[in-house]
Parts: sequence; C-alpha cells; structure tokens
Amino acid sequence: MHYDVIIIGAGMSGLAAGIRLAYFDRRVCIVEKHYAFGGLNSYYRIDGREYDVGLHAVTNYAPPERRSAPLAKLLRQLRLTREDFALCEQRFSEIRFPDCRLRFSNDIALLKEEVAERFPGDADNFLRLVSEIEAYDDTRLDRTYQAARPILRERLDDPMLIEMLLCPIMFYGSAEEHDMDFTQFVTMFKSLYLEGFARPREGVRRIIKAIVKKFRANGGEIRMRTGVDALQVCGERVVGVTLESGETLTSDVVISSAGYVETMRLCGDGAWQSETEEIGRISYVESIAVLDKTPAELGHDATIVFFNDAQRFNYARPDELVDLTSGIVCCPNNYTGHEELSEGVFRLTWLANHERWMGLDEEAYATQKRACLQRFFECGRRFLPDLKQHVVCTDMFTPRTIHRYTGHLNGAVYGSPHKRKDGRTPLANLFICGTDQGFLGIIGAMLSGITIANLHILSKS
Amino acid sequence: MVDQQVKDIILGIISVVAPDADLSDVKSDVKLRDQLEMDSMDFLDIVMELRKRYKLEVPKEDYPKLATLDGCVEYLGPKLEAMAAV
Ligand SMILES: Cc1cc2nc3c(=O)[nH]c(=O)nc-3n(C[C@H](O)[C@H](O)[C@H](O)COP(=O)(O)OP(=O)(O)OC[C@H]3O[C@@H](n4cnc5c(N)ncnc54)[C@H](O)[C@@H]3O)c2cc1C
Repeated sequence: MHYDVIIIGAGMSGLAAGIRLAYFDRRVCIVEKHYAFGGLNSYYRIDGREYDVGLHAVTNYAPPERRSAPLAKLLRQLRLTREDFALCEQRFSEIRFPDCRLRFSNDIALLKEEVAERFPGDADNFLRLVSEIEAYDDTRLDRTYQAARPILRERLDDPMLIEMLLCPIMFYGSAEEHDMDFTQFVTMFKSLYLEGFARPREGVRRIIKAIVKKFRANGGEIRMRTGVDALQVCGERVVGVTLESGETLTSDVVISSAGYVETMRLCGDGAWQSETEEIGRISYVESIAVLDKTPAELGHDATIVFFNDAQRFNYARPDELVDLTSGIVCCPNNYTGHEELSEGVFRLTWLANHERWMGLDEEAYATQKRACLQRFFECGRRFLPDLKQHVVCTDMFTPRTIHRYTGHLNGAVYGSPHKRKDGRTPLANLFICGTDQGFLGIIGAMLSGITIANLHILSKS
Repeated sequence: MVDQQVKDIILGIISVVAPDADLSDVKSDVKLRDQLEMDSMDFLDIVMELRKRYKLEVPKEDYPKLATLDGCVEYLGPKLEAMAAV
C-alpha cells in the first residue's frame, strides 16, 4: 500500500496530525503498536471500573473568550467544538512545602494574592515576572536553550518561592532533571498558572474518542496492533515502513510520535543513531485508590496537591525505586461538575527509577509493588487521615508499564531532554511530533501534531 | 463572479476555520486578521480550504493579497471565475 503520509503512533499527537492531514485530503495511515488508542494518556478497564492511565489534569484550560489560547487554537484546527472535550474546571490546587502553602486556581489572581501574603518581599517581583511571561512569545520554534533557575534567581529574591513555583511545572513537564529550559518554563507556567486545569467528566476517553472519531470521519485509516519494526531508508530519505508482521507500507512522508531516539533506532544499521544521553530519565510510579466516599467527604477539597518535604525541590531520577520526599496527589472528584461520580478516586504519583524497576524479576516486581502500596497508604494519610478504611480497590503503574505500553525508552514520561522544535530529523522526509518535538501534555501533544503537519506537509503545495 | 459571491465564499470558509469569530459586521477594507483576531494558523487554514474546495493554489508570496475581503475579491474573483468557466 502507498500513502501520502504514514504516522507512527495513535497517541494524542499522531491522531491530531492525522486529523489535519486527512481533512485536507491526504491519504494517511496511522499505525499503532498497542491495542488501545492514546499512548501515554490512555484508559483501561479492570473489574468493570474505568481508569485513566495518567490523567491528572488537562492543562492549558482556557475559557471560550480566550481565542488565542492553545486550547482554542487546537479546537479550531481540528474542527472540534468545546463540547467534544466537555472540560470541567478545577476547584483549586496547592503547592505544599515545609511550613508554606500556596494555593492557585484557573484565575491567576489567587496565586498573586497567595504569593503577596507568604512572600511579601517578592510580591512586586512576582507581578513583574508574570507580566514578563505573559509577553514572552514561547511559540517561536527558533529559541536556544537558557537555564530557567539562574533567570528566576535574577527575578525573585526568596529561593523557596522559586522552588515552589518550579515544583508543579517540573512535575508536569520537564524532561530535564534539576533545571529546565526557560522557554519551556514559560510554556508550562502559562499552561498551569495563567491558563489552568480541567478534566472531562468521563476522563481522558472523552478526548480520545472525539479525536479518533474525527480522524475516521475525515477518511483516515488506523491500524491497531501494528507495530513498526523498521523504517526503510534509501539514501537520505525514508521510503516506507516494515511492520512487525513483515508487511511493508510505503509513503512519501513519515511522521513519528514514538520519540526521537526510538524513531532513529528504527532506521537500522546505526548510521542515524544518536547519543544515549538524549534519552529522558524522568519516570513515575502512580498508585490509585478507589474509595467508598469522595475525598471531599473525607475532608480533602483540593483538586491537585504538589508536595515537597524539603526546602529545595530535587527533581531527578531517584537512586531508590521511588522518591518519597515529593509527589503529586490528584482527586478527580474535586473538579467542578464531577459531583455525580459514583466513587471517590485518590491518585498519588512519585518520581521513580526506571532501571531499578526494570531490573526486578517477576516475583520481586510483585513484592515491590505491594511495598509501594503500603507506602502509598502511609503517605496518603497526610491528605486523607482515614484513607485506608475507605479503600474499595487499588491499582498501580510503574515505569515498566509506561515502557511496555508506549515503547518510550527508560519509561520516560516527558521524552528526551533535547527537544526538536521544528520536528526535523537527519532524513529529509521523516519528522518527529509529540513528546520529543517539545509541546507537552495532552493539549501540547495535539498542538505538536498539528504544527508538524502544517509546517512540513500542508503548507507545501 | 459577483463581488458578494467571493466575499460569501471567504466568510463561509472563515465560519469553518474560526467558528468562534463574530462575522456579523466584517469590514471589507480592514485586515481580516485584525478585526477577527485570527492568527497565522487560521490564515493558513483559509488558504488550505480554498485548495480543498476549489482546487485553487495560492502561492506564499500572494498571501498578503488575501489580507482584506476587498483584496480577496480582487485576487480570487478572476481565478474563481476562470475555474467556473471550465
Ligand atoms: C503517567 C502519565 C501521566 C500524565 N498525566 C498527564 C496529565 O495529567 N495531563 C497532561 O496534559 N498530560 C499528562 N501526561 C503527558 C501526556 O500524556 C503526554 O504528553 C502525551 O500523551 C504525549 O503524546 P504523544 O502523542 O507525544 O506520545 P505517546 O502518547 O507516547 O504516543 C506514541 C504512540 O506511538 C506508539 N508507538 C511507539 N513505537 C511504535 C512503533 N514502533 N510502532 C507503532 N507504534 C508505536 C505508542 O504505542 C504510542 O501509542 C501524562 C503522561 C503519563 C505517562
């Protein structure tokens, strides 16, 4: 079979790129290794209960009147309506450090007030920083790397405020350990603090079903359980893909959402391979408890809490299996309009060491998961004192799960620290979209697919 | 082709490309981008819709000619006319 475009991966970015290309009459085929759509943000069912793989928050939430916000752009580009995603806004979220808490919501005014109260010396500095970020054009694809921490130290006096602001931002979108690129910081600051959090009542499946349906309605073809085994390279061009079944598909262009290093490894003989240090190291363990009451009934109102038990926030791959000193707590019930969810859900996420988790044999893996669950109950008590009494059932995923279901090396949630903003690779007609292109999160990944399809295919006649 | 027909074609495309835009009072001689708060992505979409619907290619260097509704009439009118005649 010959296509105009083959897209590797039916995650957020691949599907969004596919919708654009199919809409504009390209013959396009998405090939997906897994049996489920969604990639890093998929969903599943156990014992009749629906779970999301990772969804805490759809970041980048913006109300309809903010027409130039990423969410609005994305809906226009995909010819979708706000109703297709049915997003409900968060109540409020919180950053908890020793002896200091900052609350924020989808209205930046709350964070400004909280900063002014807890860090009076930095109140004006923070307002200036927010203005600077608002005016900063982070969508340009040609900016070079600048470390964020030194810039923030110039702007703000209290080191703890810097740590507190960085904590959610790094947790939700830094592929790099310890520090991050300032432009990436700005993008994330906008998506978390200036825009905000929302969630569809049905979870991520609402979004995935909407985009799969749109792609098919536009005439696109998807092949599931169809892993790409190799890219066929001829000179400096890719001419097609060999599937795990041995079948070959050819195309004029290939767009891959499998990750940069992962994609170049598919190109065979090593000539196109890059350095191993480009593989990301950030991965997570997440424990999920289903409860017989809602977290609010048990006294916990916050939608998301980012906690850190030291003065400094150490964002890095831990030496141990998990890093218990910081984490994220998410309660989907604490979104507005989620009142009628029948059960309570409590999710807790820690940084994890992929290598350590991969090194365990099956028995040790099961033992460690149980041990992890024990710690989850202990840590969860800080937020819901009676957590354990109300648990109906639990589930958990580890870096091993992420690797298995998405093929991302190291189970790296945010991909490689080296982003390729223009999506180019050494091969003239092979492009990268999604995580390793550099727009992160659910909305970011979809915008990434759109951007790459527009830039390299649709704007060429 | 009558001027109004070309305008209707463009406004019809904009209602698909940017359904959240208010098209009730679009001025013919003011830049579409400015009055409708459209960005470069939206603008590119108009060009692509023209290609999709009318098989009409607008080369990059001619994009500025589509900035206003009047510009669209002047630039696209004859082209759409020629196509309709085929
Ligand atoms: C645990 C977790 C929680 C998260 N929580 C949130 C959140 O709350 N909010 C938010 O906005 N973002 C969240 N994210 C981030 C968000 O999910 C990602 O940024 C986004 O889904 C990335 O999409 P993508 O299309 O770039 O990549 P992916 O989703 O990884 O898509 C790549 C696809 O390619 C397929 N593939 C790989 N190799 C091959 C091959 N050889 N052949 C065929 N197919 C292949 C994979 O199976 C996969 O489906 C979370 C991520 C994780 C892992």
